[in-house]
Amino acid sequence: MEDFFTLITGRTKGQAHGLHSGAGSPAHLEATSFIEICPEDMTRLGIKDGQMVRLRSDAGLVEAPAHTATLPSGLVFIPMGPTANALVGPDTFGSGMPLFKGQRVKLERI
Amino acid sequence: MSALIENVTCKFCGCLCDDITVEVEGDRILKAKRACPNGRGMFLNYDPTSRKPLVDGQIVGWDEAVSATTDILNEADSPLIYGLSSTSTEAQRKAVELADRLGAIIDSTSSVCHFPTSLAVQTVGEATCTLGEVKDRADLLIFWGCNPLVSHIRHFSRYSANAKGLLTPNGRKDRTVVVVDVRPTQTSKAADRFLQIEPGSDYEVLTSLRALIQGKNIEHGVGGLSSEQLQELAHMMKTCRYGVAFFGMGLTMTPGRNYNVAELFTLGAELNCYNRFSVIPMRGHGNVAGADQVLTWLSGYPTAVSFARGYPQFGPGEFTTVDILSRGEADAALIVASDPIAHLPWMAAKSLERIPTILMAPTTNCSSKVAKVILPTACYGIDAPGTSYRMDNVPLRLRAVFPNTRPTDEEIFSRIIKAVKQC
Repeated sequence: MEDFFTLITGRTKGQAHGLHSGAGSPAHLEATSFIEICPEDMTRLGIKDGQMVRLRSDAGLVEAPAHTATLPSGLVFIPMGPTANALVGPDTFGSGMPLFKGQRVKLERI
Repeated sequence: MSALIENVTCKFCGCLCDDITVEVEGDRILKAKRACPNGRGMFLNYDPTSRKPLVDGQIVGWDEAVSATTDILNEADSPLIYGLSSTSTEAQRKAVELADRLGAIIDSTSSVCHFPTSLAVQTVGEATCTLGEVKDRADLLIFWGCNPLVSHIRHFSRYSANAKGLLTPNGRKDRTVVVVDVRPTQTSKAADRFLQIEPGSDYEVLTSLRALIQGKNIEHGVGGLSSEQLQELAHMMKTCRYGVAFFGMGLTMTPGRNYNVAELFTLGAELNCYNRFSVIPMRGHGNVAGADQVLTWLSGYPTAVSFARGYPQFGPGEFTTVDILSRGEADAALIVASDPIAHLPWMAAKSLERIPTILMAPTTNCSSKVAKVILPTACYGIDAPGTSYRMDNVPLRLRAVFPNTRPTDEEIFSRIIKAVKQC
């Protein structure tokens, strides 16, 4: 099954801690390479906690484990980092600012 | 034998906490007392060992590295200078001088954090105050689209929710804290009220609050909030003694961007008809506010400035880094104290692999992998002194806790400026 979601990215304690080990370090990559989804959407799409899912946008494609989180339905969250940056498109709509919060993505279970 | 250095300023984030006691032994920092986990990580993980520059992966002397940098910049038709948010104000000043001399484009990391805030300030202005006023006076705090308990961990204790001040002697008990966000966060859990709005509805909610404060009636809900919730928040804003709204990238990175922020600034200004109300952006990196300040002193614009025509031109969407890189318009890049490969959309960042890139930074990062020249300079606030701007635009001095064994960004900029040709 697949469905469209709105991606928001953001900072987390783990992401900041990972940066102290160096951007791109194993600790940083581990802290930024997962996807959070609400339990209702996980159930609807038949995804189990920790299961790998595929996210696709106009900019790119990533595969990462999905985890449940307290989020509204239709929203997915990824910590700021390489996984999120592969999905966020470069269009800034004349503002300089890409859609780090609000990128449309298609999610499917693997 | 270890030594204690008091009143050190942490430059990890825009809080610039200046009460850190650092314990140093030899060339290592053992402890950073009072620092939050983010600041502690910065101090304790820093390696001040003298390192040599690299050109094409080969260790070279500083003269050779500056010469290679100069050659790249001289040969470029449209060089980009990007970053600046973790360097000193003194170095930022030199960076602007270099951009002017080269006819380059200069853009700070503000471009991908609070640049929409700058656009909003240009449009409607801002009613602002210092964090000292927040600590002493504010009885209503609104955190909109930000999560300071993760990103600015001591903000609550030093400046806002829990701080005890002149008119807030009981700290948290003297203040009401409201969080507006699209999802529950650590900060929302610490608030008196959490208003969860629908993603992308910030502008509509802010406009509704403006209408309510002007005495208009709204009978229906907006953006996931009921009319009662909106009315209660509007009443709190209108009747508080001193209100302050802090906002983050929940406003600047969502659709509407600068329009969202302009609506919040306008709301804040209008509330001053009834009480005192200020709006402050939660600035991320330690001196990203300084980058805006310095560029504005010197060019008239906060970032996204091109000197290609011999005078400063401002171009959101035109001279902003993500746009320049994704269109392939830069033919060389000088990255200063930042890591675009790690933090920009990959579709834009990958352009740095195709052009000669120079990285001036105290630590190795993802951008080191694509850099032709690496200039491992000293770290301001750890092994070099300098000036940095707090999120409320108050400049503070950064102290050095080690003698530096590497040149500073400012020194390297001075050498490059002397060596490059005038465009």
